[in-house]
Amino acid sequence: MIFPIAGVTISPIYLIGVGFVVGLLGGFFGVGGSFLAGPALFAAGVQMNFVVGTDLAHIVGKSIVAARKHRALGNIDVKLGAIMVAGTIVGVETGAQLIQWLKGKARIDWVVGPTFIVVLLGIAGFMAWEGISTLRKQKRDRVTQARRPGEHVSKRDHSTMAFISRAVHRISIPPHVSLPVSGIARISVWAIVVVAFVGGFFSGFLGGGAGYIRMPCLIYLLGIPTHIAVGTDLFEIIISASYGTVTHALKGNVDILIALVMHTGAAIGAQLGATLTQYFGGVRLRLAFIPLPLIGAGLMLHSLLTGRPLK
Amino acid sequence: MKRELKSWLKAFVLELLVYAILVAVYYFLVLHFLGTPLKNFYVQNRKLYAALALALIVGQGLLLEVITRQFIAWVKPRSEVE
Repeated sequence: MIFPIAGVTISPIYLIGVGFVVGLLGGFFGVGGSFLAGPALFAAGVQMNFVVGTDLAHIVGKSIVAARKHRALGNIDVKLGAIMVAGTIVGVETGAQLIQWLKGKARIDWVVGPTFIVVLLGIAGFMAWEGISTLRKQKRDRVTQARRPGEHVSKRDHSTMAFISRAVHRISIPPHVSLPVSGIARISVWAIVVVAFVGGFFSGFLGGGAGYIRMPCLIYLLGIPTHIAVGTDLFEIIISASYGTVTHALKGNVDILIALVMHTGAAIGAQLGATLTQYFGGVRLRLAFIPLPLIGAGLMLHSLLTGRPLK
Repeated sequence: MKRELKSWLKAFVLELLVYAILVAVYYFLVLHFLGTPLKNFYVQNRKLYAALALALIVGQGLLLEVITRQFIAWVKPRSEVE
């Protein structure tokens, strides 16, 4: 099939397949999946500028499908998502501006790339350690056997690292809000905005949704239950990716036809992924997330070694 | 749990079949006719193209979500009865 805007010929079956896999990951983990969709589009012959913009457009459609499913499952904290939007958009712009400024400097890839790899490996290592220690504690305390009548497996969420989020909740900088859906009585708005800003910054700096950074931040720093973090992140991605789609489309970086075809596969994958979260407890969902930052680190390393630009 | 999962998988396979038909129709009817006008907007009026791009992907997202949700609601009671 010929896509006249990007000027490439790609099999729609290939695009649907890529969309399905990325949609599945998005629905299950609440991430954009750019670390897979980007290389897949690039490998199909799409120019790098179209890869970034088109991927963002497809993320909008996919996140709508997955977020609506998560909303039906009660996994979205709309108040939290709305507060995060402002921080994310400022972060996206800051990251995008910084990468533009750094592009003029020599060896930028070898400064940013290794830093990014260390951050991703750190996240994966921390999540693995936390997940395993939480599972061991659950076994010791027999928490898993103490399921209350009517309680679904997916709504039980324990973490040995809860002291980090409790410390964040004690930050006294006003204004404060309560997040009843996430079970948080009082939290500084600034803590939420900073987490959103960090996620947005990586999104603008490296492209994609940066869910591999934002998701662990929501869980460990803000103390959002894993399933609500997945759903809320998707809700927030709809807003930030829409903003990215418009700005990239204005620069001529979006082939909406490719995005529409990819999205037909992503829509079903996102539904499947969101439904599957019901069958996993919070800690197992976090353990299943670990390969994602590792894949991101691997792709970054590959990009450094092959000399392909970061964005 | 296993029964629930089996029932859901059955619904999903049926959903996939209907989806395949819908997607095929979608390609041949919609994308075929959209290609040229969108290319023209992309070249001549980038602001309109950006607005259309966002409207199309949001519209498709909402439409596909409604279709799959309705279909699951239609299929699920049948697979539970069986």
